[in-house]
Amino acid sequence: MKNNRRNFIKFAGLAAASLCVAPKAMASGHAAPVRKHPEGKNGKRWAMVVDTRTLNTEEAIAPLAEACHSVHNVPHIESKQDIKWIWAAPYEQSFPEQQNPYLDDAVKERRYPLLCNHCDNPPCVRVCPTKATFKRPDGIVAMDYHRCIGCRYCMAGCPYGSRSFNFSEPRKHLDLTKLNPEFPTRMRGVVEKCNFCVERLSVGKLPACVEASGGALTFGDLADPESDVRKVLRENYTIRRKPTAGTEPSVYYII
Amino acid sequence: MLERALKGSSRYWAWIGFLLVIIAAGGAVLVNQWVVGLEITDMSRDVSWGFYISQLTYLVGLAASGVMIVLPYYFHHYKPNKHMVIFGEFMAIAACVMCLLFVIVDIGQPQRMLNMIFHPTPNSILFWDMIVINGYLFLNILCGWVCLEHDRMHLSHPKWIKPFIIISIVWAFSIHTVTAFLYQGLPGRHYWLTAILAARFLASAFCAGPAILLLVLKVTEKVTTFQMPKKAVATLTKIIAYAMVVNMFFFMLEIFTAFYSNLPGHIHSIAYLFAGEHGHHELVPYMWTFIICAILCLIMLIPPKLRDNQKLLPWALGLLIIATWLDKGLGLLIGGFNPTPFETITPYWPTGKELMISAMIYAIGALIVTVLFKIATDVKQELGHSQALPCGCSTEDTDCECAGEEAPAADEAAEEAPAVEEAEATA
Repeated sequence: MKNNRRNFIKFAGLAAASLCVAPKAMASGHAAPVRKHPEGKNGKRWAMVVDTRTLNTEEAIAPLAEACHSVHNVPHIESKQDIKWIWAAPYEQSFPEQQNPYLDDAVKERRYPLLCNHCDNPPCVRVCPTKATFKRPDGIVAMDYHRCIGCRYCMAGCPYGSRSFNFSEPRKHLDLTKLNPEFPTRMRGVVEKCNFCVERLSVGKLPACVEASGGALTFGDLADPESDVRKVLRENYTIRRKPTAGTEPSVYYII
Repeated sequence: MLERALKGSSRYWAWIGFLLVIIAAGGAVLVNQWVVGLEITDMSRDVSWGFYISQLTYLVGLAASGVMIVLPYYFHHYKPNKHMVIFGEFMAIAACVMCLLFVIVDIGQPQRMLNMIFHPTPNSILFWDMIVINGYLFLNILCGWVCLEHDRMHLSHPKWIKPFIIISIVWAFSIHTVTAFLYQGLPGRHYWLTAILAARFLASAFCAGPAILLLVLKVTEKVTTFQMPKKAVATLTKIIAYAMVVNMFFFMLEIFTAFYSNLPGHIHSIAYLFAGEHGHHELVPYMWTFIICAILCLIMLIPPKLRDNQKLLPWALGLLIIATWLDKGLGLLIGGFNPTPFETITPYWPTGKELMISAMIYAIGALIVTVLFKIATDVKQELGHSQALPCGCSTEDTDCECAGEEAPAADEAAEEAPAVEEAEATA
């Protein structure tokens, strides 16, 4: 065989390429096995119902946001580059498609807690170019902060404005003495949003906002007809944000 | 051939030096952005894309522009474009590079960029945009370089390059369609959620892109011996005029649909852009400037008398570029994000640092254009193709009074004949 430089470079290139591909090709494609927490909650379609008859003021929603943001180390930034996982908003911002000029004053004056809707057809998952945001089998739309490249396509895709981007270093805006060591802080340059407290569900706890709401928020499995959420949905008239977007949100509001 | 870029006049080097200074200054700001993050921009939770991505959108149009020269030549054997083709291809290279750079400076974690390849996600349009822009870059480098290299060596273009040229022509349409799909498939953004967006993108690309190319070639004529054939300029101007008419027609379709249907979502963005909403009027003067520039440039481009006036043409093209840039490079993006999903307005205006980084990318694009056009014009000069004659004609202008008197022109015609036959035979 003629061994010239050209052949050598060809084979070297081929070898290097196969070395890169081999580990990926040999991995079986299944996720690594995990040991489940014995008390972890299992659901097929997690959902939340907000009773806005009882939870409807800035003051009442603030503790929920505080509970969420402290447990997830979400910084507060005094600018339009703020990070928010759950926040209070007036009716016209929450349900802009469902307004009428003679709306009941009580409903109009209320504040509504807004958060990620964990949609059945999440546009953010559809547009993400790296699968950094993905839908789990239990319906929760989750994020991998270590894979996100910060392109912010998901923010353009979300019809609910539920996503925030870390324009700056988030730790600059956090009280380092009050960090929750159980949950990571993010790095600058990635997108984040409400995760329906997957980390708490997996150890058998309810989401932080639900726990802090004193019963105004109901959380449970839509797939289970006997669950609390299904019961509340059966007995009350509920609406969802922007139904025309076709996303099928799993956060419901009792008006 | 690259060595040709290393020999130039002092004016050439002064220009290169000027571009390098801008690149260095913008580069310093980019380092600052990498250190502190995108907080140096005016982007926000609500307007999460800004100047960078809007420039990507606009420049994809520039990349697609060369095809308006290449397509008539290869599909319709339109000979006057023969010596213009290379400039279309080289402009596309610079435009693609700028597009890619605008994405890179926009993302929050650029070092993870390759995640798009490690975790390929075909349901994301951004994935396809990466493929089409890189693909178009590759096709243009290949076609441009191979053809110019063969010209230089007095060889006819190889047969194997033909399929790549055909693919690149079709590909040009794909880059703009896919970039429009980035926007038009999002359920919550009414200004973008319109089936005609891709068509609008193509129409504006085929007027704005060739307009920029033509202006750059006019400058090239001033600083080199290269001269565009009169027929090629006239045809390209006609294409620009038609495309701009179509572009404005599509725009009026949007206005009709929004206001006749009276659907609030469709009206709001347009109302914000052209009249202001919730006390925010930031973009109103710019959008009306767009309308006025568009009308003026159409007045200068539609009547053949004015269109063929070469003194007027640069002004018409300049107005057209301003109009399309305000429409697609500014209004489209900000109007898409405003009103926000909460029906509120969050103003956005690029910061000085954003503009510096953008200037850096534009300077890189200009540098690529300068170097590549220098090589191409050098080769053309050596071969005597498309050269300026004392009377102001190009050597390719067959019906010019003075062209016949020039002896070299006749020689060239004989020399070119095999190449033309070759092109026809393969077609």
